[in-house]
Formats: sequence, C-alpha cells, structure tokens
Amino acid sequence: MTTVLANIGGRTLGIVAGMGAGVVFLGSALAWALRPPAKIRLIIQQIRAIGVDSLLVVLLAGLFTGMVLGLQGYYSLRKFNAESFLGAVVALSLLRELGPVLSAFMVTGRTGSAMAAELASMRVTEQIDAMHAMAINPVKYLVSPRIVAGVIAMPLLTCMFNVIGIYGAYVVGVGLLDLGSGSYVSGMEQSVQLRDVVEGLIKSATFGLIISSVCCYKGFHALPMATGVGKATTEAVVLSFVLILVSDYFLTSVML
Amino acid sequence: MIEVIDVHKNFDHQEVLKGTNLTVEDGGITTIIGGSGSGKTVLLKTMIALLLPDSGQVLVDGTDITGLGQKPLNEIREKFGFLFQGAALLDSMTIFDNVAFPLRERTRLGEEAINGKVLERLDQVGLKDMGYKYPAEVSGGMKKRAGFARALVTDPEIVLFDEPTTGLDPLLGKSIHRLIADMQRRLGFTGVIVSHDIPEVFTISHRVAMLADGVIADHGPTEEFLESPNPAVRQFLKGESSDVA
Repeated sequence: MTTVLANIGGRTLGIVAGMGAGVVFLGSALAWALRPPAKIRLIIQQIRAIGVDSLLVVLLAGLFTGMVLGLQGYYSLRKFNAESFLGAVVALSLLRELGPVLSAFMVTGRTGSAMAAELASMRVTEQIDAMHAMAINPVKYLVSPRIVAGVIAMPLLTCMFNVIGIYGAYVVGVGLLDLGSGSYVSGMEQSVQLRDVVEGLIKSATFGLIISSVCCYKGFHALPMATGVGKATTEAVVLSFVLILVSDYFLTSVML
Repeated sequence: MIEVIDVHKNFDHQEVLKGTNLTVEDGGITTIIGGSGSGKTVLLKTMIALLLPDSGQVLVDGTDITGLGQKPLNEIREKFGFLFQGAALLDSMTIFDNVAFPLRERTRLGEEAINGKVLERLDQVGLKDMGYKYPAEVSGGMKKRAGFARALVTDPEIVLFDEPTTGLDPLLGKSIHRLIADMQRRLGFTGVIVSHDIPEVFTISHRVAMLADGVIADHGPTEEFLESPNPAVRQFLKGESSDVA
C-alpha cells in the first residue's frame, strides 16, 4: 500500500515538476524573443517551414471537412425544412470550432512532430551542447523563432482551412444537392459576425503557441540516446493534441 | 589555467567523479586518458560547465564557473573552443556557415571580415574548397576538421577535444593529431584532449593525466608520466599498448 501511494505521489510530483519546467521554458523563450536583436530571418524561415510544410494537408483536411459538413448538414437540416441555414451552420462550425482545432491537429502531425524530432536529434548529436559551448543561447536561436512563427503561421493556416472548408460545403450543398447558391451565401452573411472570425483566430494563435512550445520543449529536453528522438516526438504530438482539446474547452467557455 | 577541485558528479546514483582534482596549466596540450566509462568526457564537460558538478569547484583563470549566471558564464565560455566527439556541426548549415556561426552570433564583424576569417581557418584545416557542402555530405574526418575550424575561428585561449580521433582510421587519426599539434604551435592555445588513442596521442601531449575510479590516478609531463610507477597507470598503459600492437 505504501509503495502504491509512494508511486502515485512520485508520479504526481513528476507531472507537476514537468508542468513547472514547461512554463519556465516557455517564459524563457518568450523573454528571449522580445530581447534584441530580433531573429527576423529565422522567424520568417520557420513561418515558411510551418506554413508550406502543412499547407497541403491543411487544405485537404479543410476541403473534405467542409464537404462532409455540407453533406451531413444538408440532410440533418432538411428534416426541419431548414436547408437554407446550411451556409450559416457550416461557416459558424468552421470559423468558431472545426477550423482552429482540425488545422491545429494537422499542423501538430505534420510540422510539430518534425519540430520535436529535429530538436531532439540536435540534442542527441550534441548540437545544442555545441551552442552552449560557443556561448550562444540555443533557446534564443532555436526555440524563440519557432514559437513566434507558430503563433503567426497557425491563424494563417486556419484561414486557409476555413475558406476551403466553406467552399467544399458549397460544392456539395449547391453543386451536388438542391440548395440554391443565394440561400447558402445569404445564410452565411446573416449569421456570421466579425467576432466569430476573430475568436476563431485567437483560438488558432493559442493552439500555435501550444504546438510550438510543447514540441520545442519535448525536443529540446529529449534524452541523449537513440530512443530519445522517437520518445520526444511521440510525447510532443500526444501532449499537443490533449492540450489543444483542453484549452479549446476553456477558450470556448471564456469567449462564448 | 583550469583548476578542477574536489569535483563529485553522480548520474542516477552512480558516482562517476569521486573528488577529482586536476590543474591544467596554460599553454601546451594536456591529455586525459582512462578506461571507457571512467568519466573523462564528464570531466571535460565540467570544465566548460556543460555539466555541473554535484560538489566541488571548477576555476577558469581563478573564476569558479559552477555557480555562475548565464551572462558571466558565457563570458568565460568565450575563452573556449570545443571539438565534440561527433563534431556536433549544425546539420542545417553548410560547413562554411557552421564555421562562421560563432562569429555571426557573437561578434559585430562584417560579412567580409567573417568570410576572410572563415576561409583562413578552413584553409588551415585543409577544407578550403569544401565550405559549400553540408555536414551530411562529407566524411567523418572532414567533419572533425570542420568542427576544429569552428572551435578555432574565435581565437580561443583554451580548446577542449572530446575523443578527436574516435571513429577514424589510424591514418586519419594521425593526421588529426598532427593538425591539433600544428595549430597549437601556431596559435598557442591551451589544449585539453580526452583520448583513447594510445600511444599515438602521447606524441602530441605535453602533459598527461589518467582518470581511474573517479579520481586522477597520476599526472605529469608526458615523459615522466610514461615512466610512472603507479600500478594503475602501468596496467592501463600495458594493456592499451598491447591492444594497439
């Protein structure tokens, strides 16, 4: 019994210590990001890496999510003779919820994992130690630009996801089913407010912060051994998914 | 001068350094030898605070680096160059950019001055025409040379070498040793080498220290060390020599 309690206590302490270390790491990265000279070139490189690497999967996911929403929404709304609300339903679902969350999942899988693996590999091959030895701060050079880039690139990708998702639902609703084009667009115009768009983008910027900081943290603190890269990458992806969903609930409850 | 004073270091309750004491005099090359897992690399990394001891002091020119904040520690680290066992080149950069990296990040030198300095160092290590290649595109020996050029590009007072010939064939190993000795003579830095490459490494060492069971078993000028009556040293040298032969 004592051993069980000790194990539970030990694990809890480990989790709390890990959370504390993560917050300190994020604070340090943000503080370094604000200290001149700004690493503009590195930030742009990272925005390009996150944006370009994830663009195709984000567009594909957005298109098919929109098409499924169009299909499901049309038949569900038809039961209540409310097909004309399809545009509104699709747009609000995508802008407020599905766009930020699903594009964050795509970016985690595509770019977040690569980010964690790259930093973990640098840890294993002593490249991070080499930076310390050269009196160059690896957090400022490697982590801060990735976190800033994540916060900037994520809302941009979410916008792409939303646009192509709305178009996908339009193709299904108007092109394949019997819904009128004017009905789809006017329903959207009447129900979507600027606030919906802004709140969705705030969510996606927060998810960008979560993905980049979690993946950088896990990669940066990988165990310096052969299995360290795989373990860090898996942990980074799983933790990012969980934190995206948890923070989504709290952000939604605050913003509603 | 580097003074390691009564340094203890544990990993997962295993004590690697057990009160190690060592003084690295300015100038010349000091080589640290010892069996596998004896803590040579740990000792080397404590000299630049890449690993912090659990207790004890590491003085660099009289300053204890074990409790320093980031800024003063970086000021001390600017005195050092470090050649890692696998060279630790940044694989996202070309060899030229790797060598230029500390100059671009740490100094206010213009690109022209940086180019001149980098090309000089690449020329000295025999890689003048290889700067455009990425680390993944060159051999192990070239990586070590590039790592050496990067370690030297800031004109450090002290250069630390972690197993500089590991993974290289004997001829390449000899050429790296010759390069280290040649550059030390030309630039006058203090070299500290951790090596398994016995007896080759003795040809370029001015002083030798042997780490055994977590402490320095014996140390002194190379000629005296090789005649050491210390049983641990005799046994190690005999064993290693017969292996090499």
